Amino acid sequence: MFSYHLRLALKSLRRNPVIAALMISAIALGVGMCITTLTVFRLMSGNPIEHRNDVLYAVTLDSWDPAEPKDDDHPELPPPELTWRDAMAMLESDIPSRQVVMHKTGFVVEPKDREDAKPFLVEARVTTSDFFPMFDVPFLYGGAWGDSADENPQFAVVLSKETNEKAFGGEDSVGRTIELDGREFKVVGVLDDWLPTPKFYDVNNGAFDKPEELFVPLSLTAELELPSHGNTNCWKDEPLDSFKEFLNSECVWVQSWVELPTPEKVEAFRAFIDNYVREQKKLGRFQRPLNNHLRQPDEWLSVNEVVRDDNRVLVGLAFMFLAVCLLNTIGLLLAKFLGAAPLVGLRRALGASRKAIFHQHLVEVGVIGLIGGLLGIVIAALGLLGVRQLYDNYDALTRMDLTMGLIAIGIAVLSGVLAGLYPTWRVCAISPAAHLKTQ
Amino acid sequence: MLSMSDISKVYRTDLIETHALRKFSLEVKEGEFVAVTGPSGSGKTTFLNIAGLLETFDTGTYKLDNEDVSRLSDDARSRIRNQKIGFIFQSFNLIPDLDLFDNVDVPLRYRGMSAAERKRRITESLELVGLASRIKHIPAQLSGGQQQRVAIARALAGSPRILFADEPTGNLDSLMARQVVDLLDDINRRGTTIVMVTHDTELARRAHRNVHVMDGQVTDLQSYTTKPLVRPEALAAG
Repeated sequence: MFSYHLRLALKSLRRNPVIAALMISAIALGVGMCITTLTVFRLMSGNPIEHRNDVLYAVTLDSWDPAEPKDDDHPELPPPELTWRDAMAMLESDIPSRQVVMHKTGFVVEPKDREDAKPFLVEARVTTSDFFPMFDVPFLYGGAWGDSADENPQFAVVLSKETNEKAFGGEDSVGRTIELDGREFKVVGVLDDWLPTPKFYDVNNGAFDKPEELFVPLSLTAELELPSHGNTNCWKDEPLDSFKEFLNSECVWVQSWVELPTPEKVEAFRAFIDNYVREQKKLGRFQRPLNNHLRQPDEWLSVNEVVRDDNRVLVGLAFMFLAVCLLNTIGLLLAKFLGAAPLVGLRRALGASRKAIFHQHLVEVGVIGLIGGLLGIVIAALGLLGVRQLYDNYDALTRMDLTMGLIAIGIAVLSGVLAGLYPTWRVCAISPAAHLKTQ
Repeated sequence: MLSMSDISKVYRTDLIETHALRKFSLEVKEGEFVAVTGPSGSGKTTFLNIAGLLETFDTGTYKLDNEDVSRLSDDARSRIRNQKIGFIFQSFNLIPDLDLFDNVDVPLRYRGMSAAERKRRITESLELVGLASRIKHIPAQLSGGQQQRVAIARALAGSPRILFADEPTGNLDSLMARQVVDLLDDINRRGTTIVMVTHDTELARRAHRNVHVMDGQVTDLQSYTTKPLVRPEALAAG
């Protein structure tokens, strides 16, 4: 009977093309809006390192001003980043299996192998080499620099795929050199496509920005006096005239992550940082109450409110808009179905049960929902394109994948069926004789 | 075949009660061709709707084909309508955007028949009414008389035990009306019981028996002996 009802549904839509188009458009608009906001929300609220959530921890210590908290709205939270010297102290511990200390900086790249390429600015990450295995960063060519580059300054660099395209035309550039701020760096690795969304490892410097375009060893920060290109927050009135003074200051600007594969290691490292802070207190630092945290990625994303309330409100509004569209669709369906009541009466007289009539109309609203959903995907794609045009750094958030496409169709068919339930029930409830009199 | 006893039906609104049928009793034997006549508002259509299980009634008993159908569920009534009853309406009631094949197919679809069986029945019934060559036409491409013949083919395709016709010639000119009545006559001779509501006294005279309805009650029964009552078993034997 399904194929028969499907054929009847298509005939019915052709019988009233204007009403059909209005209903499909209403559902498509509602679904399009929902999918646009849901796509952004879903990517915002995802955890791209979910598979390593149990072993990774962001380290935070409360070295902030004893007179007031870092964030008045969340006085219980320590600053999200560390001072340089505290971050260096973390590296002293051998408890973590792996450890990343890192910050953001920038370089001018001067391609010398390609005559047509002009110098260009890049965002860069200065980090320990554990960054790559800890965060499951995929390599296209080569790999991370060796441990020796973490301990002694070496001019090694890992390029993003995009930077390698720009500088070397996408060739395997491992072993070749690239000029950064006038210094020659040896390429040791080239990343494959990698777009963690949100950028969990540094949510305070553009949680939805792309990853940096190149990566250099942390040992170069002091050596080359690499400035911070990320948020740098200072509370203490202290001299900051030289880079050395900056590194020794109470300014927070360095991110710290550790890999702790067992609960014992977690407890041991927690004890380590608590002991460290207690020692620092004796030296006159860390005057606020002990407030150290090790947070797994999902908690880290939540505490830092990567998904803001206005995003949730936007999703809510989109669903309310869908509800309004559905109310309109209900009205149109009611008019359409009751208008065709004589035909229903005829089918009932010829032996169709209420169940058969109900099924026939549900198939029809399902078809309306399905077509509306497909059109809604197109509208959502246009909506996401609009978001991309408005916000340059929202590329990562505006990708609609197969899952969202299926969700769109699911929402649309469900919406169509929900909108159709009442009109279908109404048309099934009328006596067949009453229908026939109007035929 | 049809046995109604003391059937009452009242339509109620907030302001008035209308007694459509009052203690309505009627017996129709298998193979009979009965014409129900009466003025407008006398209860003819209500009788036909109740007899065709399109409406329920308030009191009384109704047996159709020896089965008490007085208090059946909606599903059971649909099944009986589909398997035992055929309808012919004054305004033909064909579905305008379906071709003749699909129109005749409607009742068969709800019987769960195989495609081959449905096709055989549709072709046979359209051949019976002389419209097999128009199988892909839509109703608007046919005359009124042809449309009514399609409606008859649709009613016959399911091999009903009884055929209810509501003013089957009401929308036709005299020539086409005669053709339709001849067709009904032929169907009756093949053994199908027919109950026909009509205003047309000439048409009513073609039936075996006339039942006159007034104010929701049977007031007069008249038999016409010129027409023999043909039993299905006689047809089968002949």
